[in-house]
Amino acid sequence: MALAKAELVEYLYKMVEAAQGKKQLKAMDLQKAVLKEHPDQDKNMIKMAIKELIDSGRCVYTYFGGSFIEIPHVEGAAKH
Amino acid sequence: MHKTPLLDQLESGPYPSFVKDLKRLAAKKPQVNDLLGQLERSYKEKITHWKHGGIVGVLGYGSGIIGRYSDLPDEFPGLEHFHTMRINHPSGWFYTTQAIREVCDIWDQYGSGILNMHGATGDLVLLGTTTDNLEPCFQALAHKGWDIGGSGSAMRSPSCCVGPARCEWAMFDTLEACYECTQHFQFDLHRPSFPYKYKLKFSGCPNDCVAAVARADQSHIGVWRDDIKIDQSAVKAYDGGELKPRGGATPYAKLDVKADVVDLCPTGCMSWDGKTLKIDNKNCNHCMHCINMMPQALKPGSERGVTILMGSHAPILEGAQMSWVIVPFMEVEPPFDNIKELTERIIEWWAENGKNRERVGELILRLGMRTFLEAVGLPPVPQSVIRPRANPFFYWKQEDFDAEAAGKKYYTTK
Repeated sequence: MALAKAELVEYLYKMVEAAQGKKQLKAMDLQKAVLKEHPDQDKNMIKMAIKELIDSGRCVYTYFGGSFIEIPHVEGAAKH
Repeated sequence: MHKTPLLDQLESGPYPSFVKDLKRLAAKKPQVNDLLGQLERSYKEKITHWKHGGIVGVLGYGSGIIGRYSDLPDEFPGLEHFHTMRINHPSGWFYTTQAIREVCDIWDQYGSGILNMHGATGDLVLLGTTTDNLEPCFQALAHKGWDIGGSGSAMRSPSCCVGPARCEWAMFDTLEACYECTQHFQFDLHRPSFPYKYKLKFSGCPNDCVAAVARADQSHIGVWRDDIKIDQSAVKAYDGGELKPRGGATPYAKLDVKADVVDLCPTGCMSWDGKTLKIDNKNCNHCMHCINMMPQALKPGSERGVTILMGSHAPILEGAQMSWVIVPFMEVEPPFDNIKELTERIIEWWAENGKNRERVGELILRLGMRTFLEAVGLPPVPQSVIRPRANPFFYWKQEDFDAEAAGKKYYTTK
């Protein structure tokens, strides 16, 4: 069954949180994981839920040879 | 000032030197002095001292800011952060001087003052600012009507040639098509959600002034499908030396129609008997050579549209790949919904199947053109054949047998 918007946002956040430090997730990885569990979930709603996570500052985009979605953390490259 | 004996040699040639520009800027921007110092050291040690990527950006966006850090921040403190900002260019790179002054003033205030016009994708590239200055710089630019361009695994800023604004050969409105697609794909431009980068380019004619065929994941090249229009009297004028070839943009005063035009036709579809020029239009591959040489005698036909090609990219480390025709001719007009819909279908297939850092052209090679065409609902066409088949084996699908039983020559999606 498809998740409501607020539930979807939390679902995505927990997925990113669980992967932090172990695996970097792309937006498409998140979408595929949601659709595997909730095949009737609207793809646009997933995009908007990711946007909400980013706009709220709970997640950020990072670039390490590709663009990923992660929990904000101290910038490793900025350290001396 | 850092001593730069190796860089100084680059000022000695007859051509303009970026070293001279940077030295001038270094007088008022200490980070540019550090930039020269670090570059000198890299030249000496033959190794880069840049770290690339990371977490920096502006709120809400995942594209347009490229993190850069020096690995020698104690020695070159001005380069501790030296991020790049890509600014989305206007269609055809038409600016008012006021607009450029505004960008320069903002960049002088928040950045190093180094501006590259333009990057390979087409964006204005602002080189060198700190993490703290990113957001205020972005806000200042946004208040003047600018937006950040694409970077990372996202739609990149679409670009186009000057098109109908300045060129008689434009077969479609490249400027409007570029603008429409830039607006339509805003979400994907600012929020990376693709396997890798995706570039859209629009060239008004096969001269392909934005080199779409070699650089864009999806190229749109203006083309005609009826006959080239011939003014026989003008052809004679070229042959007699009354008209200069290439509209005068050549050192040669007189055109030899046979040697310079007919014999150089790549498909050999032209003939000239000294009085009449004939073109076998069915075998013309629209290279534009003859039209470029005799612009007053030959003109493209009236049925105009675009050819859509897929898959080119020019990576630094691996081999480059040229584009591949997928739609030989498509009629287009604003708001270019058919281009947008096809692009969305292609991106959906690529996003679903592509690996991390796999361009769409590489995915087509990996899974096959047949799989691609079926997935995006395009019929196979002879123009899609880029080379003779080398593999003797062919996997027939049930649809092929069904099509044959129904009296069709081959299975198509339409």
